[in-house]
Amino acid sequence: MLDIGVTNMIPEFQHITGYIYPNEFELHWGTLIVVYPYITGLVAGAFILASLERVFNVKVLQPVYRLSLLAALAFLLVAPLPLIIHLGRPERAFEMFLTPSTKSAMAMFGFVYAWYLMVVLLLEIWFDYRKEIVIWSQEKEGLSKYIYKILTLGATDISEPSLNFDAKIGKVITIIGIPSAFLLHGYVGFIFGAVKANPWWSSVLMPIVFLFSAMVSGIALVFLIYMVTSMFRRKEMDMDCLNKLAELLLYAMIIDFSLELLDFTHRLYESEESIKILAELIYSRLFISLIVSQIIIGSLVPMISITWARFFKLPDEMRRMVYFITAILVQVGIFSTRWNVVIGGQLFSKSLRGLTVYKLQLLGIEGLLMAAFLLILPLVILYILCKVLPPWVENEGEFQTSEIET
Amino acid sequence: MKKNSFQLYRRDFLKSCYKALSFAGIFYLSFQPEKLLFSRENSQYDPTKHWYGMGIDIHKCIGCGRCADACKKENDVPREPIYFRTWIERYVVPIEGETYVDSPNGGIDGFPEFKGDIDILKTYFVPKICNQCAKPPCVQVCPVGATFLSQDGVVLVDEKWCIGCRYCIQACPYGARYLHPVKKVADKCTFCYHRIVKGLLPACVEVCPTQARIFGEVGLQSSPLRRFVRFNDIIVTKQYLNTEPKVYYAGADMEVR
Amino acid sequence: MKSFDWKNIKLNPKIPRQIISLAIIFAIAIAAFVIGRMLFVPRSFGKYGHYRGNALDEIASQKINYAGYQVCTNCHSNIYNSLTKSNHKGVSCETCHGPAAKHTGSPGEYKPIVPREREHCQLCHAFNPSRPTGFPQIIAETHNPGKACMACHEPHNPLVPQVISECSACHRTIANQKRVSHHASLSCEQCHKVTEKHLTNPKLEKAGKPVERAFCGQCHAKDADSLKEIRRIDLSTHGGRYLCWECHYPHYPEAKR
Repeated sequence: MLDIGVTNMIPEFQHITGYIYPNEFELHWGTLIVVYPYITGLVAGAFILASLERVFNVKVLQPVYRLSLLAALAFLLVAPLPLIIHLGRPERAFEMFLTPSTKSAMAMFGFVYAWYLMVVLLLEIWFDYRKEIVIWSQEKEGLSKYIYKILTLGATDISEPSLNFDAKIGKVITIIGIPSAFLLHGYVGFIFGAVKANPWWSSVLMPIVFLFSAMVSGIALVFLIYMVTSMFRRKEMDMDCLNKLAELLLYAMIIDFSLELLDFTHRLYESEESIKILAELIYSRLFISLIVSQIIIGSLVPMISITWARFFKLPDEMRRMVYFITAILVQVGIFSTRWNVVIGGQLFSKSLRGLTVYKLQLLGIEGLLMAAFLLILPLVILYILCKVLPPWVENEGEFQTSEIET
Repeated sequence: MKKNSFQLYRRDFLKSCYKALSFAGIFYLSFQPEKLLFSRENSQYDPTKHWYGMGIDIHKCIGCGRCADACKKENDVPREPIYFRTWIERYVVPIEGETYVDSPNGGIDGFPEFKGDIDILKTYFVPKICNQCAKPPCVQVCPVGATFLSQDGVVLVDEKWCIGCRYCIQACPYGARYLHPVKKVADKCTFCYHRIVKGLLPACVEVCPTQARIFGEVGLQSSPLRRFVRFNDIIVTKQYLNTEPKVYYAGADMEVR
Repeated sequence: MKSFDWKNIKLNPKIPRQIISLAIIFAIAIAAFVIGRMLFVPRSFGKYGHYRGNALDEIASQKINYAGYQVCTNCHSNIYNSLTKSNHKGVSCETCHGPAAKHTGSPGEYKPIVPREREHCQLCHAFNPSRPTGFPQIIAETHNPGKACMACHEPHNPLVPQVISECSACHRTIANQKRVSHHASLSCEQCHKVTEKHLTNPKLEKAGKPVERAFCGQCHAKDADSLKEIRRIDLSTHGGRYLCWECHYPHYPEAKR
């Protein structure tokens, strides 16, 4: 029924079903905005996992404590990149610091990010590593000696009272850090949840769902990094730690899945005006990314397999294999979750009369390669961080010298 | 060797200092007041004495598309069929089943013959435009204050300040905003602000052959808009969202969203 | 003067060196932030609200492309006078002639477009059922195909060459429906009283509708003197107090549904 002339001008028009407002043809938040909440989710999740060890004294998580912090830092450093790249005018990005609107959730990004980076994460890592940094600054040679000297910030006292002070401050920072981590990722949920114009996004549960899916992805990330680094270092994996991580992952997933189920049930029950187009959205445009990827592959299969691997008698190698595969499936699932929220919310028209498509590109600024780059870059940064601040110094009291090339 | 490398380092450092300073200087200077055609201080215009709105009479719209065309010509809107400040929708309500809505190129080239084997109950045109809400959700979400509600009731975009984050485009319930493909900032209907402050009508109102669009002031006691609102049964779109739109529709059917 | 001992700087022996170092770093960062704000926030920001005050002048200085019909009357008053007395009185000059601000600025150099092709008039007058009833429309393929509209209709005073004899000129949709209905053989005047005034000023004097059930009963009552094939009903029991056309659509009665 569409005018052929118009369709020839823009061939993608033929993929539109029903009616969309003319300005809605262009999807504005694409792959980059899917990657951003995924990354901050990993940061929040990894940090909260680390703080479990510190504040709630879950000693069995000790082997992954420093690794989680470094992973959180690596991903946090990359987090602003997708946002700045995505802006129409990236050179004006600093305006958020100059004239932030107090009514806009997005405006708080700069400040929450700066706060979390400087006051929470960097400080916590610094206080935790200070003793080793001082020792390395004295024992190393060449360029690394200078690096560690700068990192000490002149505070070279590692006497008992000084270290006790560090431990106390570290605990305070972690306690402040937990709500800060909630804020760092929760505000993203609020950015979506507070848009009354979009019935797919507008929900009270949105920040909560974001948070718990963040915890799921963060725990799974630490799982994966611990397993991969242990494999590369040819070191024994601590099964107690892995089992505890699996438990926590399972609990987080149960809560997350329940929340999503609640949202779904609530929508279906109230059956508001938008229910028709949203149902069509799920069945036609989001079937693979929601039903298959997010729910089956990303939630149900991992929950079942973790329950089985953790609570049933299995040989350790099998357990580790199941944990590993599950963690990967979880990452796929949570990425799909972000995709379904961000892209899904733009695939239907605000007139509630039509659906459009998102043209996923390979190259270009919003392409898959850029997304892959932004997701691999933190791992590269993590590698460098692990070289500068090895997180496995504490294992068995062993003092491992890091292999820094000077 | 050491001395040379230090000199090199100092030279590079100073170079980057100069670069940073000149960049900062250029940015600072770009916000100095330039010679403009219109200056609020020099004109008689007092924005606090106006509060603009628009009335649209569905019974009068013939779907000729002159308004959408004039808007693009007046405001240099890109001609592609995906950027519109105003557009016309055609509704075809069947006796049974889903209402069919279309807007080929916003209605600028008219509407092709409706091909469909359904029994039509009624059919009509609905011009759409930014509603210039009194409680604009787009202004609420702008992180840097680039879009704002002016004192005379028009929601405007500062194209020199907008960072192109597109949050306002997501927040608009009416699909009235788009990202300008060249300037890379948000853009939307401005009620032809550059015309109304000089006493002219917006371009779409100027060219409408049947006077289906009425421009005026919401608060003025004697004005065509006041008469329009008094005489007709008025609805605004998506009233339940409480955005308080200032574009008032007369004769709009329940199918209009 | 004692050389400064950087290694053991202790402003206050009670405050650990960690805190001092961090405090210095944070102080520098906050100072940089405050200074940056002082330098880079545009001066007009916040003048009228959370936006750059100068933006209003910049937006209001946009180039004007449509002059507005009033400017045209300064030179073309004859055309305008005949236009305001004609059927096109609501049509602005620039609706057809396009943006003319350049022409008003420099009349010899820039000429507005003069649309002479049939497609232009068809934008408004080609038959489209979505247009409101009562708007004059023609079916382009059969209405003097190939001939210019201007050959018979003067655009600034578009009277029709002959007095409108067919209601379908303005009520095309109704005529189309009636033509394929059971009422095809009835003329419009058989049910509607049409005066001379309606032909020249339709909105002021509307054609009448039947006001009694007995009117339709002339054909449809059980005892009516009409063709055998016409469906009959018992006027005293059928449909209560409603007028017939309050349920049945007379232009397409007893359609498929």
